[in-house]
Amino acid sequence: MNLRRDVFQAISDPTRRAILLLVASQSMTAGAIASNFDTARPTVSKHLQILTECELLEQKQNGRENYYHINAKKMKEVADFIEPFRKMWDDRFNKLEAIMKNHKTKQ
Amino acid sequence: MKQKTKISAEDGKQELVITREFDLPLELLFKAYAESEIVEQWMGTKVLKLENKKHGSYQFETSDAQGNVVFKANGVIHEFSPNQKITRTFEMENAPFDAQIEYLEFEQLTDDTSKLKMHIVYRSVAFRDQMMQMGFAPGINMAHNRLQAIVTKLK
Repeated sequence: MNLRRDVFQAISDPTRRAILLLVASQSMTAGAIASNFDTARPTVSKHLQILTECELLEQKQNGRENYYHINAKKMKEVADFIEPFRKMWDDRFNKLEAIMKNHKTKQ
Repeated sequence: MKQKTKISAEDGKQELVITREFDLPLELLFKAYAESEIVEQWMGTKVLKLENKKHGSYQFETSDAQGNVVFKANGVIHEFSPNQKITRTFEMENAPFDAQIEYLEFEQLTDDTSKLKMHIVYRSVAFRDQMMQMGFAPGINMAHNRLQAIVTKLK
């Protein structure tokens, strides 16, 4: 399933996860989202584009402004799949283990 | 291959349990949590403050490859028992989520192996699910790529 893989690719990026966190509580304009990051505006736009393409974010026109909000249905799909979360912890603990083994041999 | 890290998250509950067995003596495993320079390495975050004592607190800050701060988190330490247990809260800054509480229990299995059990309690079921959806960790996984780079360098 290509689509599913793309979704996980989308949430594997730290800035994109931070964007999802921000938008989770309320819909926001691209400008308002960008103002939360030191990152250049075009970079944030690119992240918004990827999240929209993966259908994790949706856009809604409100007056002249374009608001981004979370696509709860798509997020649910991700939640049903616990493996990425487990894998993330597994990777992190593998690193801890590797670092501490190295630490041990250095002593 | 046997899965070393296990996640238990029952439907409709606002908690989850992460367990992991390490090929490390208990003291080394605990040290990876106790010393800020080591925490920085495997968590891939800058440790601004880490007071490992009752009523102590900690602060993490993570930047992307360009040096922009993408993540900040902090918490207080309720219990710090060397080689046994850490109880702490965790809260992301600038995020619309309440703090969570984490119980970390360290256990010796053999002279060379140990186990960590991390019990995390969230404010609500919905919040827990959201944290899992985003691959969000109670710790920091924001600088995953940078962490990868550090470990590759170590090899």
